[in-house]
Amino acid sequence: MSTTVLFVLVLAGVVGWWLFARQLTGRPWELAQRKLDDSHEGATLAVSPARTGLWVLLAVISSFFALFMSAYGMRMMLDDWRPLAEPSLLWGNTLILVLSSIAFQWTRVAARRGDRPAVQTGLIVTGFFTFAFLAGQVLAWRQLSASGQYLHSNVANAFFFLLTGLHGLHLLGGLAAWARTMLRLMQAGTALGQARQSVELCATYWHYLLLVWLVLFGMLLAT
Amino acid sequence: MAYVAIADRDTHLHDPQTFVTKYIWSQDHKVIAIQYSLIAIGVGLVALVLSGMMRLQLGFPDTFSFITPNNYLQFITMHGMIMVIYLLTALFLGGFGNYLIPLMVGARDMVFPYMNMLSVWVYLLAVLVLLASYFVPGGPTGAGWTLYPPQAILPGTAGASWGIILMLVSLAIFIVAFTMGGLNYVCTVLQARCRGMTLMRMPLSIWGIFMATILGLLAFPALLVSAIMMILDSLIGTSFFMPAIVSMGEQLAYEGGSPILFQHLFWFFGHPEVYIVALPAFGIVSDLLSVHARKNIFGYRMMVWAILAIGGLSFVVWAHHMYVSGMNPYFGFFFATTTLIIAVPTAIKVYNWVLTLWHGDIHLRVPMLFAIGFIFTFIHGGLTGLFLGNVTVDLPLSDTYFVVGHFHMVMGVSPILVVFGAIYHWFPKITGKMYNETLGKWHFWLTFLGTYSIYLPMHYLGILGVPRRYFALGETEFIPDSAHIANESITISALIVAVVQILFIINMVWSTWRGQKADPNPWGATTLEWQTPDTPPKHGNWGPKLPEVYRWAYDFSVPGAARDFIPQNEPLDPKIAPGRDHGVHA
Repeated sequence: MSTTVLFVLVLAGVVGWWLFARQLTGRPWELAQRKLDDSHEGATLAVSPARTGLWVLLAVISSFFALFMSAYGMRMMLDDWRPLAEPSLLWGNTLILVLSSIAFQWTRVAARRGDRPAVQTGLIVTGFFTFAFLAGQVLAWRQLSASGQYLHSNVANAFFFLLTGLHGLHLLGGLAAWARTMLRLMQAGTALGQARQSVELCATYWHYLLLVWLVLFGMLLAT
Repeated sequence: MAYVAIADRDTHLHDPQTFVTKYIWSQDHKVIAIQYSLIAIGVGLVALVLSGMMRLQLGFPDTFSFITPNNYLQFITMHGMIMVIYLLTALFLGGFGNYLIPLMVGARDMVFPYMNMLSVWVYLLAVLVLLASYFVPGGPTGAGWTLYPPQAILPGTAGASWGIILMLVSLAIFIVAFTMGGLNYVCTVLQARCRGMTLMRMPLSIWGIFMATILGLLAFPALLVSAIMMILDSLIGTSFFMPAIVSMGEQLAYEGGSPILFQHLFWFFGHPEVYIVALPAFGIVSDLLSVHARKNIFGYRMMVWAILAIGGLSFVVWAHHMYVSGMNPYFGFFFATTTLIIAVPTAIKVYNWVLTLWHGDIHLRVPMLFAIGFIFTFIHGGLTGLFLGNVTVDLPLSDTYFVVGHFHMVMGVSPILVVFGAIYHWFPKITGKMYNETLGKWHFWLTFLGTYSIYLPMHYLGILGVPRRYFALGETEFIPDSAHIANESITISALIVAVVQILFIINMVWSTWRGQKADPNPWGATTLEWQTPDTPPKHGNWGPKLPEVYRWAYDFSVPGAARDFIPQNEPLDPKIAPGRDHGVHA
């Protein structure tokens, strides 16, 4: 639980400090403050609502994985834990996921330039790497099962299958957004249109899931 | 960049045409709020009936053949889970959150209206999955609302095969629904406020709902994590939570799992959940008191800071629910300390409510009665919470009716009184009609006194040592006859209180169709939702132009002003207050 508590405290600390320093010390009933407040435009953050929504969603997903990691840490201490030897294939998968993130970053830069053909190529390459990563993860599962390491064999295995599976599910959700972006790109004709913001948000999400994977993979390797 | 309100940037604001898009697949936050509320109240009535059945058994044991021990445990489980999650969480955040946030911060709608619509329908799905457990073999789970393993999924517990799975799946679906709604509430508060609406000019209702949503977004994943792992334990035979165990003379395949791990995860969600329910109630009650006492809320800044402090602290007190599970004494010390510390910001809020009433011009209308009733029940439940926060006091009392009395007072009756007060308060705005004042007063007094006569004796039963969760007490030496009489009287009160709620429903239904037309701002309130061009507000809320805010939400009884309130969107009049501050310096 300490991981999660730490996560929540850090998050609360950052948000709290920021709010406090900028917004929460005003005395709204006083005249001087009132003049300042009247010119306030209404939004707290200088980003679009969609991006705000994405960041809040990422905080929720972080809480979700942090709790799993807390559970992992607590369950690991008990006697029946038999550490799992992770298949070396995971290193290759990690590399592929890094490549997909790089490709998405490249697409994002192209979208900022307004370079439509490059965005399309970039999205296809990203999609290819992402599907390759997912296929690699399934292959890793099959390798484990082939060597007699099933989900229910030991709780370490269960955690392995569960964490990789949930990470994969989040990536699948990302792929749904990716498919929608492709669709928007096709509808937009020669311009980028709404696809531009979708590319921006998806890229953030991809980087985030890469980070989650690196943390999870590190934890699995270390134990 | 020239300022364009976010709600006005989108040119294609969803514009409903047909009955179906207007009232069923609606993306209007007000319709969604009403859908949420009706579903929540509907399923809440089921939970109310369940509590009546439990009380029948406890008050008159050996009388009702249709209540078996298994039924009784199923009643407890479903009653608890429905009331806490499917009624209170959904009603405060999905209902009041949806209705009040855009109106109070001056937005046309939530920032993601489509997701908002999905949220309510996914919530309905969660409710249907939960209720479906009445129609599967074995019935709903009887594991207690905390669903502790190992017994939750072992044969011998009611609903161990189907019921528990449906419960966990329903919770998972609910969490998805809540996350979709929650993203909306947070982003709308942060990003869609109208010009001039700084964070510190928001009404406390919004602060409470906002903070509760953040707690929900971070804490519900803990429930989701434990639900996923328990489903795997039950269906696939993993041992996340299940220890090596002999069940009904048979050694099961589980090994080495940790039931305590489940308890940590569950309460890491469970304790913030208390504040997910309490913080919106705190916020709303602050506004009710201020409006009906015609006085600015005492210590507005302190109230905001207290909400934030409570929100932060609520994540570091969860293990006080687990003193009886056994823990390192230093942990017990730590959690007892944090638990008592959280009483400080809470007490600040209580003092400020009472001081808001001090020298106020109190109008004892129905919403105000409920708000003052809340102060009583909340102080009462809060004080018994101080008892239970201490390890040594908690250990003997934890499994008794003292705890039942405590938490029903603090997070059952108190939030429900606020719910009623809030419904009466905003009813004229929501429907455009006025409710029947007399029926409302009867409803308040019978409910308020009735709930006291239910839960006050429970503290006495608890100190006697009467255990909770038991189907029947039987002939037990340490339980005197007076306890049985108290139980009968509690049951009679409970049934009366349950029946009295019909008054509320009649009042609401009748007034909606036949009530007198209400004034657009019958209470003389300052906040934006009372300043809409139409009552009830039309789609898009504000007509052609968004409001602009020039003052905080609590300009009541300002010296020199023509009326005893100044709406938030009224510009500063230099004649009234040339450079002078209003109100109390916090």
